[in-house]
Amino acid sequence: MAEPLLEIENLTVAFPTGRREMARVVDGVSLTLNRGETLGVVGESGSGKSMTALSILRLVPEPGRIVQGTITLEGRDLLALPEKAMRPVRGGKIAMIFQDPMTSLNPVFTVGEQIAEAVRIHRGLRGAGAQAEAVEALRRVHIALPERRARQYPHELSGGMRQRVMIAMALACRPDVLLADEPTTALDVTVQAQILALIGELRRDTGMAVLLITHDLGVVAETCERVVVLYAGQVMEQADATTLFSRPAHPYTQGLLASLPEAVPEDAKRLPFIPGQPPSAAQAPTGCPFRPRCPRAMPGVCEKPLPTVTLAPGHVVRCHLYPPPPAPTNGGARMDAGNVPSGTVPAGTPIRGGGGGL
Amino acid sequence: MLLSVEDLHVHFPLGRGQVVRAVDGVSFGIGRGETLGLVGESGCGKSTTGRAILRLVPATRGRVMFDGRDVFALGTGELRALRRRMQIVFQDPFASLSPRLSVGQIVSEPLEIHGVGGAPRERDEKVAALLDSVGLPREASRRFPHEFSGGQRQRIGIARALALDPDLILLDEPVSALDISVRAQVVNLLQDLQERRGIAYLFVGHDLSLIRHVAHRVAVMYLGRIVEIAPAHALYADPRHPYTRSLLLAVPVPDPARRRERAPLEGDPPSPIDIPSGCRFRTRCPHAQEICAREDPPLVPVLGADGQVRPEHLSACHFANSLPVWNNATNPEGPQPAVPSR
Repeated sequence: MAEPLLEIENLTVAFPTGRREMARVVDGVSLTLNRGETLGVVGESGSGKSMTALSILRLVPEPGRIVQGTITLEGRDLLALPEKAMRPVRGGKIAMIFQDPMTSLNPVFTVGEQIAEAVRIHRGLRGAGAQAEAVEALRRVHIALPERRARQYPHELSGGMRQRVMIAMALACRPDVLLADEPTTALDVTVQAQILALIGELRRDTGMAVLLITHDLGVVAETCERVVVLYAGQVMEQADATTLFSRPAHPYTQGLLASLPEAVPEDAKRLPFIPGQPPSAAQAPTGCPFRPRCPRAMPGVCEKPLPTVTLAPGHVVRCHLYPPPPAPTNGGARMDAGNVPSGTVPAGTPIRGGGGGL
Repeated sequence: MLLSVEDLHVHFPLGRGQVVRAVDGVSFGIGRGETLGLVGESGCGKSTTGRAILRLVPATRGRVMFDGRDVFALGTGELRALRRRMQIVFQDPFASLSPRLSVGQIVSEPLEIHGVGGAPRERDEKVAALLDSVGLPREASRRFPHEFSGGQRQRIGIARALALDPDLILLDEPVSALDISVRAQVVNLLQDLQERRGIAYLFVGHDLSLIRHVAHRVAVMYLGRIVEIAPAHALYADPRHPYTRSLLLAVPVPDPARRRERAPLEGDPPSPIDIPSGCRFRTRCPHAQEICAREDPPLVPVLGADGQVRPEHLSACHFANSLPVWNNATNPEGPQPAVPSR
């Protein structure tokens, strides 16, 4: 049933930090976006979630570069395409919307002209046809009086309206994939609800897949079928939304969910919290990047590269609390990949997976 | 009451007879050691209300009493003395700390301005104690803001606000700019400080779940007015204004099992230049009737299910006592979360 549309394999994006070092802002990320689904990518600032999306479009800003990995769209490796072949992909096959619509709308053109331009480039429509399509695109995102709005400039519209215009522009070219980078973070809750409902409706109508990047677990719970949790450029956990919220396996996911005010009983005096600060990419520790803040960190174990363990179909965790099954060659007894109490994992447990070296 | 705000108006003239009515008749009080949450969407006037109380923007009309003194009637010298007792923490910990001052200078500046804190050595001790009380090491005083993360910077801003031992702190979206894993730390710190020092907070925010956790009472603003104010528990359990209900329904719930099909509030708030007649929420209200366009509903106590007046729970809705019974639930008969098949 789930048909992979976009597959990211072992993606690593690095920025030079002076001398001969590189900061890996995305560090061996693998994820799959299936046709027609909404996949949530959750993380805090510096987790690499936006950079992952920009990598898909090959728009990593200088001096950063993709140093490793493959990104496959319908069987084609986008990272291997010549630059010219990327142009119909960007905005055509894969569209992107951002947190701040003003960064992607041009202040000196009317919104109608801007949508018409995208339609001309990607769908070859001309003149009145492109204009009519622009008005139609505005109508599809439920903008009232679309003919009039098409003649207005971005500054004449409210924040929620601009976000609708950006979505209209992104969808005017009927993309297969919509990359939505914090699309509602700058909006009020009532407008956020409108925009999320709109994205959901358009996804159902067009069958496109949505990669929703957000830090808001409430937004994820309400919109996504599956979730990937990133921390310091690495995947920590991946699961369907129901599993992730009801049975989070990684201590970071558990900590995030526990610290939400919604999760705390009304009479609780204090919120549970994760101590410390998220690391910057330049100073990420070896092994598990979460280990300095982890309540269950095991000295001597968590410094090693992270294993990638499948707990159940579709539920993947990268944490030393969950020892991987031994490699078939060593003939050892098969360990149950359940929730092992901390401290029971012997040092020297075989390690599988983990980020590749630079 | 430590602070009482009566009929506060803040209007900004635009010329040609047009006026932005940012705050348009707001009244509330805050007791000692109490947290009042002030929530609403952008442009509703919540931040302007806070700033007008501190006289950081001029009020057009109304009165603010702080510990028995009329804040708007004070001369410059008296105002300065009063500001020692009312402090502010801003939303953006990157914009609100001077990059050229060391943390020690930032935290001791209020002491210098107000000529308190004594000799330099005593002052250094005081700074160290302040940093300690917000969970930062003493050595932080020699470092500069850029060396700190967002959460740590917000701690510096809180230490600065505490320097003069205020009775009231205006917290203007104090954790909105912070990462989720850091938010809870700063919220807990604010609550600890309140318990230890008996500080009152005016907590301005838009995150209803967070406000529920930190505030004793909550006021909801819409287009320059308070439309509902109540003890936190009552506001969330039994909201009596359709706008409060729309806000609560719009908050995404971090639990896929409680995913809701909801009808989002339509449209955008009207412009504060051209406020609708009668009830200002009527243009978006699902319960609006003809009376709502004619009469501006006053903010008055609601009736409980037992028919008794609830003096602490006020709503500005003609139908506050006849709205359908509130159920923010969860809707167990509703659509079940999509579980992907494999």
